[in-house]
Amino acid sequence: MPAPVQRRLIFAHIDEPGYTPDLACYRRHGGYEVMKRAFARPPAELIDEVKKSGLRGRGGAGFSCGLKWTLVDRKSGKPIYLVVNADESEPGTFKDRYIIHQDPHQLIEGAMITCWANNVQQAYIYIRGEFPHGARILEKAIAEARAANLVGKNILGTAYSCDLFVHRGAGAYICGEETGLIESLEGKRPYPRIKPPYFPAVLGLYQCPTIVNNVETLCHVKHIADLGGDAYARIGTPNNTGTRIYCVSGHVQRPGYYEFECGKITMGQLLHEVCGGPLPGRKFKAVIPGGSSAKVLRFGEKFNIKQKDGSMSELGVEDLPLDFDTLAAAGTMGGSGGIIVMDDSVNMVEALANLNAFYAHESCGQCTPCREGSLWMKKISARMVHGGARPQDGELLKNVADQIAGRTICAFGEACAWPTQSFVQKFGDEFAGYSAAKKEPPAESVPLI
Amino acid sequence: MNLKPATLRQIDEVITHYPVKRSAALPLLHLVQEDQGYISREAIEWIAAKLELQPINIYELVTFYPMFRQHPIGRRHIRVCRTLSCALTGGYHVCARFQQELSCPPGGTSADGEVTIEFVECLASCGTGPVVMIDDDLHEKVDLTKATQLSQQIKAAAKTRNPP
Repeated sequence: MPAPVQRRLIFAHIDEPGYTPDLACYRRHGGYEVMKRAFARPPAELIDEVKKSGLRGRGGAGFSCGLKWTLVDRKSGKPIYLVVNADESEPGTFKDRYIIHQDPHQLIEGAMITCWANNVQQAYIYIRGEFPHGARILEKAIAEARAANLVGKNILGTAYSCDLFVHRGAGAYICGEETGLIESLEGKRPYPRIKPPYFPAVLGLYQCPTIVNNVETLCHVKHIADLGGDAYARIGTPNNTGTRIYCVSGHVQRPGYYEFECGKITMGQLLHEVCGGPLPGRKFKAVIPGGSSAKVLRFGEKFNIKQKDGSMSELGVEDLPLDFDTLAAAGTMGGSGGIIVMDDSVNMVEALANLNAFYAHESCGQCTPCREGSLWMKKISARMVHGGARPQDGELLKNVADQIAGRTICAFGEACAWPTQSFVQKFGDEFAGYSAAKKEPPAESVPLI
Repeated sequence: MNLKPATLRQIDEVITHYPVKRSAALPLLHLVQEDQGYISREAIEWIAAKLELQPINIYELVTFYPMFRQHPIGRRHIRVCRTLSCALTGGYHVCARFQQELSCPPGGTSADGEVTIEFVECLASCGTGPVVMIDDDLHEKVDLTKATQLSQQIKAAAKTRNPP
């Protein structure tokens, strides 16, 4: 089967010659017309459209956006906040960067429609500190929107007012976790909060009901308001609606970002046809399908996946449709859409050592299993790479990882355990034989640690 | 504290963005670091007073968030991405090339105070790796040739500024 053609909804204008991030250009392309129509509708109707659309969050968890909005406590009498998660910190993910830098008004329009639908009067965009230009572009775009009465007081001549500010992070991965992000926005160390009771929908920013949505998710909201929930739900596949931006990096001929209807393209079509296949003379060995925290897949392994009609079928890595449900059934996740490809030049012990160094650096240190466990996984895998590997080290690593997942306040515990668990499970032979293999590193090998 | 008038104006403005002053802690740290080059003990106390907090409330942020620093760095700040996608495409070699070309020790500053090189975690541009930030600018697909060219540009700019 040839790969389908890209369906560019969110990335319609990314890399388009002559398309600039200013308001005039956005308006020439129909910008803010959807928002004008949305503001003429009752908020409850818009929430309903988002529910009907089946939109699932694009930040990593794939949680239903409509349900997230439904859970917001609207009876407390406290203000409701919207926080745009523009932290884009999951390694392998680089989609929000292009929206922010090239099409900032699409995000602002989606955010303002969301604010109207949820009666939000103050919103913040929490952008990672490493996007200094992105923060300036957003600030400029918001100022333009404010001057045009699209943000701020009495928007579009209505009685409704809502302001929007940019807030810069400062280099911490954990700020992508929504409750850590809220702590950071409150001016504190970003220690994630325990749930219950601190569900953002009830006790979020300043202990008020808060919606935290990813940049791409909010752009989808704009298109849902435009097309209607039912029409949007016909894009993609059931329960995996809309388009998905796949960010491909690592060992392929054409890495980059590709937007397809969710679930209508397989891993094989994406990597072989769209991305041009492996580098000359190489073979694909492993792929991480949804950001560095997702469990690795080994080319050659088979999965028994339940089809929509209830029958079971055996699929290889290349046959997997790239949607949330299939990847979950294959024991991994669609996550943030960051696909990291490794070919046969890669030693999996070294690749894991690279990731373990990341997680040890980024653990916030609040929960003992994660703080200590991530550090020990880093130390053990680094020792293996630096000449001290023992055949039982794979088992030791797995043992540490098994004691982190499920024992922490936030999902970082799983995020740091899953790479180790899956690398050791699927490439156990490489871990067991690493000390022997290490004697003759291939001449062209690239250090990963 | 000897902050520029423009910085002071931005500080007063940004505090108004939040219903709770403490929320302005990160924005103030960014503004002060851009103005002064780093966060001194005096700066920590000044920001704390400005936001009606204790100095520890600011100090604990400076020690947690990787982008804040308590010491001055080189005139040019090079951040090479270390994480997996960039490593797979040669990030470790690229970092070593910058260190060698600019006589800069790993994680440190060159003897002439011109350059600081940091090996940082994911910069969210994995599809164009290896990536390097030089000051605020992102450079993509930085292979060894490009790393050498960028290093030479930095050396040339330093020479123009400080003629022998």
